[in-house]
Amino acid sequence: MGEQIDEKLRIELQRQGVWVSSMQELYNWGRKNSIWPLQFGLACCAIEMIATAASRYDIARFGGEVFRPSPRQADLMIVAGTVTKKMAPQIVRLYNQMADPKYVIAMGACAISGGPFKQGYNVLKGIDRYIPVDVYIPGCPPRPEALLHAFMELQRKIDSQKLTGADKAEFLKPEQPSEFPVPKFGQHDLEPPANPDVFHPAIIERS
Amino acid sequence: MESLEQIKSRVEAGVTGANAEIVQNGSPSQQHSLLIDNEHAVAVARFLRVDPALCLDFCSNVTGVDWLDRTLKRTTKVKKLIDGQEKEIVETIEEKIPGYLEAVYHLYSMTHKHGPVIIRMRTADRRESARLPSLTPIWRSAEFQEREIFDLYGIRFDGHPDLRRILMWDEFEDHPMRKDYREPDDYEWEPTPHDAVLERAKQYYPARPQIDGAEQITAQP
Repeated sequence: MGEQIDEKLRIELQRQGVWVSSMQELYNWGRKNSIWPLQFGLACCAIEMIATAASRYDIARFGGEVFRPSPRQADLMIVAGTVTKKMAPQIVRLYNQMADPKYVIAMGACAISGGPFKQGYNVLKGIDRYIPVDVYIPGCPPRPEALLHAFMELQRKIDSQKLTGADKAEFLKPEQPSEFPVPKFGQHDLEPPANPDVFHPAIIERS
Repeated sequence: MESLEQIKSRVEAGVTGANAEIVQNGSPSQQHSLLIDNEHAVAVARFLRVDPALCLDFCSNVTGVDWLDRTLKRTTKVKKLIDGQEKEIVETIEEKIPGYLEAVYHLYSMTHKHGPVIIRMRTADRRESARLPSLTPIWRSAEFQEREIFDLYGIRFDGHPDLRRILMWDEFEDHPMRKDYREPDDYEWEPTPHDAVLERAKQYYPARPQIDGAEQITAQP
């Protein structure tokens, strides 16, 4: 916005009743205030997600109350709960079926890293092994306020995405994949155990 | 309810050829159980269910136990003649017990409001002969739990109506609740490892950077 029009002039014009905007601002404003989440829950985090959608916390204040039962109509996937290895291929498939632009919130310790079940044989150690995650919420389970905070963080991210130029949003780049390989059920584990194009574990310096 | 000894003698009298054995439980719960032989297990189970005094019509829980190969050491005092004198000598006898798998059933009676009576069965070994007769024809509630034992322990239940894996996927080959199960190696990202996890996570730690002479510089006062 700042490139096209002087910010002070814009505020002055607004005082006079003239509202100057850009296509990008209008487009992002519309997108960020009508994020439709995919309606599914995996474990106890889903109860908190339901509480967030209900009247006390009321995610409708942020335009996210329309939980869609079809991935074709959803913009946001809230991975709320423990992702078992048996469930992981279905989660990736649902993500693949969502239309771009699409976002993922990993809600709770299990969806981030496996949480208390991390050393188990049957729990995926974080959904970010297969699909890109935009916002992580720690907690076990996170409170509805934390989910609302993540939702607002996502709105901030959407608002800052550019539609044109070299640094435009990832989903607008044709080379960016919108589908990710679905892991297969192997004899001992999921195959592959992680998607190396997506999963980049942080290197921790240890003494 | 009758004592376990009474149940054992009535089972052996009621089912011809049946052989039951009381397995003591030394813990404070003192829940002793009845080990029944696999050949007559279904007949014994039917007896326990239809017997009017017991009427164990509710199977509340079925679980598995994995016993690895173990050696049992027992010390006994033996009198022996040494140099013409009789002396008491403590001898240790080592007994090798090959591994086996167990299925344990907890039975209650809804009619008489008593229980539990615990029965268990043992497989011949932990590999090819890990088979047991299914008690699902007697107690329908055992169906899913026997499937779970099949999934996690690898006991095959003969006579089960639908023996498939229930928790893991069909292509899975291991039995995760066995004591010698080793889970897949995905320890590359462990933020706070400790104990055994730390040992496995260390394989993924990057090599510490080697700076020529840097160690000596910092070591100087």
